[in-house]
Amino acid sequence: MNSGANPVLALAWTFGLMSLFAVGGANSAIPEMHRVAVDVQHWLTDRQFADVFAISQLSPGPNVLIVTLIGYSVAGVTGALVATLAMCVPTAVLAYLVSHLLSRSSHSRWPAIIQAALVPLSIGLMGASGLILALTSDRSWAAALVTAAAAGLAFATRLNPLWLLLAGGVLGFAGVIG
Amino acid sequence: MPPESPPGALAAPEAPILSPPGLIALFVAFAKMSLAGFGGVLVFARRGIVDHHRWMTAEEFNETFALCHFLPGPNIVNLSVVFGSRFRGIPGGVAAFAGLVGPPVVIVTILAALYARFGEIEALRRTLAGVSCAAVGLLISVVLRTLIGKRDVVGLILMAAVFIAIGLLRLPLPAVLLAAIPLSIGVTFAMRRRAVA
Repeated sequence: MNSGANPVLALAWTFGLMSLFAVGGANSAIPEMHRVAVDVQHWLTDRQFADVFAISQLSPGPNVLIVTLIGYSVAGVTGALVATLAMCVPTAVLAYLVSHLLSRSSHSRWPAIIQAALVPLSIGLMGASGLILALTSDRSWAAALVTAAAAGLAFATRLNPLWLLLAGGVLGFAGVIG
Repeated sequence: MPPESPPGALAAPEAPILSPPGLIALFVAFAKMSLAGFGGVLVFARRGIVDHHRWMTAEEFNETFALCHFLPGPNIVNLSVVFGSRFRGIPGGVAAFAGLVGPPVVIVTILAALYARFGEIEALRRTLAGVSCAAVGLLISVVLRTLIGKRDVVGLILMAAVFIAIGLLRLPLPAVLLAAIPLSIGVTFAMRRRAVA
C-alpha cells in the first residue's frame, strides 16, 4: 500500500481487501479500519475516527456505512461511493456464489464446522473493536464512566439503544464528558 | 445471463411464497428495512421478510442468515444479495442490495458533508464525543452478551488470541486471520471427530 498513490485507489484496495476478512460483520473490522485510516494512511485523527463511528451509529442503515464516512473524508462523494462499494461488492459476490453452491450440495457438514470455527474469532474481533473504540473515545474518566454505564444498561435492560446514544449526546453537549 | 436452476431446487416445497417479489418490490422492501434500522438492520429484515411479506419461513430466514454470518463482510449486505438472487437471479440480488445500501448511503453522505463543514464547532464536537462514548458501551454490551455461557476452553483461547493480536498488538487483520482461520477450523474438526469416536 503506497499512500502516495491515488487516494481513491487506496480506498478501493483497503476496503476491497477488508471486505473479505471482516469475519462476523462490519463491526469486527473496526480495529483494522482504525489501523489503516488513522495509523497507516493518516486519513483521520483519533478524534475524527470516534466522531465518524458516532455518526454511523446515529444513522439508519447497516453498520457498514462507517466506511462511507471514512471514504468521504478522504475523497468526497467519489470516495464515499468507492469505499462503500469496495466494502460490499467482493463479499456480496462471494455470498452469491457460495449460496448457489450450497443449495446444490446442502448435505456437506463443512459449512457447520467452518461456522463453529469462526464464532470465537468473530467474538475476539468484536472485543478488540470495543477496546480500540474505548481507547479512541474515552479520553477522560467521565467519558469512560459513560461508556461503562451504557454497556451496563444495554446489557441488563431492553432499552432502545437510540435512547442511550441520545443520552450520551446530551451529556456531551452539557460538557460533562470533557 | 443463464437461467437459474429449476425452481424446485431453490425453495423448499412448503415455502410460503404467494408470488415471488419483483425487482421493485425487492428494492422498496429492503430500503424500508434499512431506513428503519438504527444500530442494525437484522431485526427489521426478519420482521419484513418473515412477518410482513411472508417471503420466507422463520426457519428459512435463520438458515439464510447463518450462511451470511459465516461469510465475511457485512452480514446484512450478504443477506440482501442472497435473498434477492433467490427470487430474481442476479438482477434480484442487485435490486435488494441497492435498496438496502442506496438510500442510507445518500443520508450518510449528506451527514459526512455536514460534518466536514461543521465538525470543528465546539458544541457539535462535545455532542459527538458523548454519542461515541455511549455507542462504544453498546458495542461492548453485545460482546458481553455473546460471552455468556461460553465454557469451551479452546474457543476461549482462540478468542483471547485474536483479541490480543488485533486489539493489543495491532497486527494487520488479513495476516491474523490467515493464521487463525485454518487453525480454528483444524481444531474444531479434530474435536468433532474425537467427540464422535
